[in-house]
Amino acid sequence: MSVPNLRPKDFTSDVTPVWCPGCGDFHVLMSITRALTQLGCPPEEVAVISGIGCSSRIPAYTNCYGFHGVHGRSLAVAAGLKVARPDLTVMAMSGDGDGFSIGGNHFLHACRRNVDMTYIVMDNRVYGMTKGQPSPTTEPDWDSALSPGGTGLSPFHPLVIALASGANFVAREFSGNIKATTQTIVEAVRHPGFSFVEILSPCVTFRPDEKEWKKQVHVASVAETDDPARAARRIMTDDGMNTGILYRGSRRPYAASVSKETGDVTALEKAFEI
Amino acid sequence: MDASSPHLKNVSFAVVGSGGAGAITAGSILLEAAGKSGWYGLLNRSVGPQIRGGEAAALVRLSSKPATCMSRAFDILVALDWKKADRFIGAMPVAGGGLVIADPAAGEPPRAVLDADCMIVECPIEELVKSIEGGRPNMIAVGLVSYLIGLPTDAVMQIVGSKLARKGQRAVDIGRACIEAGIEAAAGFGRAFPLASVPQPEDPRWLITGNEAVGLGALRGGVQFAAAYPITPATEVLEYLAPSLASIGGALVQAEDELASINMIIGASFGGRPSVTATSGPGLSLMMESLGLAAASETPIVVVDVMRAGPSTGIATKSEQSDLNIAVYGFHGDAPHVVLAPLSVADCLFTGQFSVHVAETLQTPVIVLSDQSIGQSRVLVDRPADVSILTRRKPFEPAGEVYDRYALTADGISPMAIPGQPGGQYTADGLTHTEHGTPSSSKKDQKEQLDKRRTKIDGFEFGDHWGVAEGDADSDTVILTWGSLTGAGREALDMLADEEVSARLIALRQISPFPADVLTTALESARRVLIVEQSHSGQFYRYVRAHIDLPSDIRQLHREGPVVIGPDEITTLIRDWNSQ
Repeated sequence: MSVPNLRPKDFTSDVTPVWCPGCGDFHVLMSITRALTQLGCPPEEVAVISGIGCSSRIPAYTNCYGFHGVHGRSLAVAAGLKVARPDLTVMAMSGDGDGFSIGGNHFLHACRRNVDMTYIVMDNRVYGMTKGQPSPTTEPDWDSALSPGGTGLSPFHPLVIALASGANFVAREFSGNIKATTQTIVEAVRHPGFSFVEILSPCVTFRPDEKEWKKQVHVASVAETDDPARAARRIMTDDGMNTGILYRGSRRPYAASVSKETGDVTALEKAFEI
Repeated sequence: MDASSPHLKNVSFAVVGSGGAGAITAGSILLEAAGKSGWYGLLNRSVGPQIRGGEAAALVRLSSKPATCMSRAFDILVALDWKKADRFIGAMPVAGGGLVIADPAAGEPPRAVLDADCMIVECPIEELVKSIEGGRPNMIAVGLVSYLIGLPTDAVMQIVGSKLARKGQRAVDIGRACIEAGIEAAAGFGRAFPLASVPQPEDPRWLITGNEAVGLGALRGGVQFAAAYPITPATEVLEYLAPSLASIGGALVQAEDELASINMIIGASFGGRPSVTATSGPGLSLMMESLGLAAASETPIVVVDVMRAGPSTGIATKSEQSDLNIAVYGFHGDAPHVVLAPLSVADCLFTGQFSVHVAETLQTPVIVLSDQSIGQSRVLVDRPADVSILTRRKPFEPAGEVYDRYALTADGISPMAIPGQPGGQYTADGLTHTEHGTPSSSKKDQKEQLDKRRTKIDGFEFGDHWGVAEGDADSDTVILTWGSLTGAGREALDMLADEEVSARLIALRQISPFPADVLTTALESARRVLIVEQSHSGQFYRYVRAHIDLPSDIRQLHREGPVVIGPDEITTLIRDWNSQ
C-alpha cells in the first residue's frame, strides 16, 4: 500500500539519538526517513532491523517496527522476518564491525540467499561504541590502543564481496550527500532481492580524519552495470570514494515464504498411519 | 524355548551389520509389519559416526502393550556380518536362551557372543542371497525374524511391497523372494519366539520417531516458520519440518549456522509467526546469546535440543541428558525462560505442541530437551489424541494512546503488536528498556523489567503437564527422573510390581521453572528417593537439591552415554536397597 502525503517526520521517533554531534549517522537517518517518505510505505509496514554498535541504534529513532538484536546477526533476523512476512518492507542496518566482522558470515550468505530486503551498512572504519578500535575496513596502519601501530591487515572490501556472493544491487554513498543517498535507498528498496548499500558515514570522534571525506567522495564517472565482473573490476580499481549505484542485477529473489493462511495440519498426520 | 513355546508378550531382536548393509531397513520393515498385525513396538538405531561402512544395528522390541523402553537383552540377534560388531556388541547382550543367527562365511562371532548363554545357529545368508539375482542379505534377515516371531507373512510382504515400490516391481519381487528364502531357512532352526496373538487395532496405529513427533507437535501448536542448520541427532526434526511446513503454507530456511538459525526464528516470530528450530548440544551452545535476546525482547520461540553425548563434539550419535545445565543456566544475566522435556517418543508430540503454547503465551523462549534415545527411535503407538490448546499471544489493540510494548501488567505479560498493525510500532530490544521499549540504564527499569519477566514465568499454570507420578501412591520408595528416562522408570515399576515390590515413579516434563511445590507435595510420604539420569556429573540431582529438600535416604543412578540406563539397573538398586 502506498500512502501519499507522508512526511519524513512520520518516520521519526521522539527518542534522542546517542550519537555524537557531527556523526554521519544523523544524515543516514534523514536519508532513510526521506526515502521511506518517497516510497510511500506506511511506517507500520516497514521493519528496521539492526545489531549492535552506534549505527545499530537506528531502529528506535524511526517510527517503524524495529528490532535491535545482538551483535552481528541483523541479517538473520531480517531474513527470518521477510520470509515470514513477505508483505513487509524489511531493512537491515549495520556498521562495519557489526556487519563485516562478527556478522561477516551472515553477510556472505545473505547475498547468496537474495531475500528481498535492503541492507545498509554505515561504514566509519572504526568501532565507535567501544571507543576506537580498528574494524575490518580500517586502514592497516591506523594506530589504536588495541592494535598499536596498526593491524597490518588488508581492509575488507564489502562491495566486491557482495558482488562475488550474489547480492542483486550494490551501491556506495556518502552520508553527507543526503539527496543522492535518499535516491539510492529508494532504488535499493524497490529492486527485488538483496540490495546492499554501503554508506561512508564519518566517525568525527575517533576518526576526525574522516571529516575530509566530504571533499574526497565523487560520483562514479561511469554508469551502473548489470555485469558483476565489470562492476567488481571498477570497484577494485577505484579509490574507494566512488559513489552511486554500481551494480543492478536480475537474480531471482529467494522464493520461499509463509502464506497468510496456513493449511490443515491433520492432513499431515495420515503419513504416520500404518 | 522350542517351536511349542508359550506365546510371548514381549520379544526383542537385533539386526546388526556394517553401515549400508540395510540392518535398519530390515528392522523397520519388521516393526511396521508387527504394527499392521496389532503389535506395539519400538526401534532404536545404533549407528557409528561413519556415513557408510561403520557399524549399524536395528534394535527392535515388540510387545502386546505399548513399549516403554528398549530391552537390555535380545532374544534374537541376526548378524548380516560381524565387521564392526565388536564396537557395539557389548551394548546389546543376547538373553539367556537366546538365538544368534550368523553366516559361517562371515567369520567367527565376537567373544561376547561366543561367551553368552545362547544358541548360535549357522545360516548361509550370503549363499541364499547369491541364489536370488539382485538379492539383499537384509531381506533374508526379514524372512528369518518374521518366521521366528510368527509375524503374518501377508503383512510382511505387503510392507515390503510398499517400501520397495519406488524401486520398481522387480525390486519388490526380489525382496519377497529373499524373505521367502529366509522363512524357509528359519523353519529348519527348530526354535521360535512366537508372539502372543493380539486383537487387530480398530484405528490404524502410528509409526513415528521422536524427531518427527516433536516436529508434528510444533505444527499442531501453530508453528509456521523454522530455520535449520543440520546437526546429528536433530536433523530429522528439520527434514520432517521442511516439506511439512511447505505443505501447509509455512516455510523453512536452511541457515548458514546456528547463530543465524536462532536469529531467523526470532525475526519470524517478531513478525507474528510462531517459529521453531532444532539442534543438539554444540548448536545450543552457539544459540545461547540469542536465546537471551529472545528472553529480553520477549520474543516467543521454541528451540528443540535433541541431546547427544558431550561435551564438545562428544559422541554425536549417542544419547545423554547432559544439556540440562546449559538449558537451565546457560544464559548470561537473569533470563527466566522455560525448559520442557518429553517423557517418551510419543510424548514428543504433546511436548512439542505444548512448548509452542507456552512460548506464545508467555512471549518467551522455550527449550525442549529431547535426546537421541527418543529422537531417533521409532515407535508403534495408538493414534495420539488430538490435544486442543487455544494458543494466542496477548494481542495489541489500538487504543489511540502511546503503545507501551513492555507495559507492566499483573501477570507480567504485555500486549504484543505485530508489524503491520498501525499504532503498534515499537523497537524490540535486548537493551534494558522502559515499558515503552526505549533503551534505559536506570535502576527502576532494570528492576521492573526483570521482575516482570520473572512474574510471567512463575505465574504460568502448568497444571498436570508438570510430569507424571505413577505406581504405588502409598509407596515410600520413589524413582525420580526426567525426560526420556521415564520409559526405563515405567518398565522398572512393572518389573518390581511383578516381584510385588512397591515403588513410585515421579518424572518431570517441566524442568524450568522448577515445579518445587508440586514435587514437594508428591514427595511428602517418600522415605527413599532414587534419582536417575543420563549424565556423568549428576546434573539433575544437583538441580533438584538446589530447589527442594529431599529425604535423607537418597541414592543416585547417573551415568554418561553411550549406553542408555535400563530398567534392570533401576530394579537392581531398589532390590539392593530393600535387602539392607
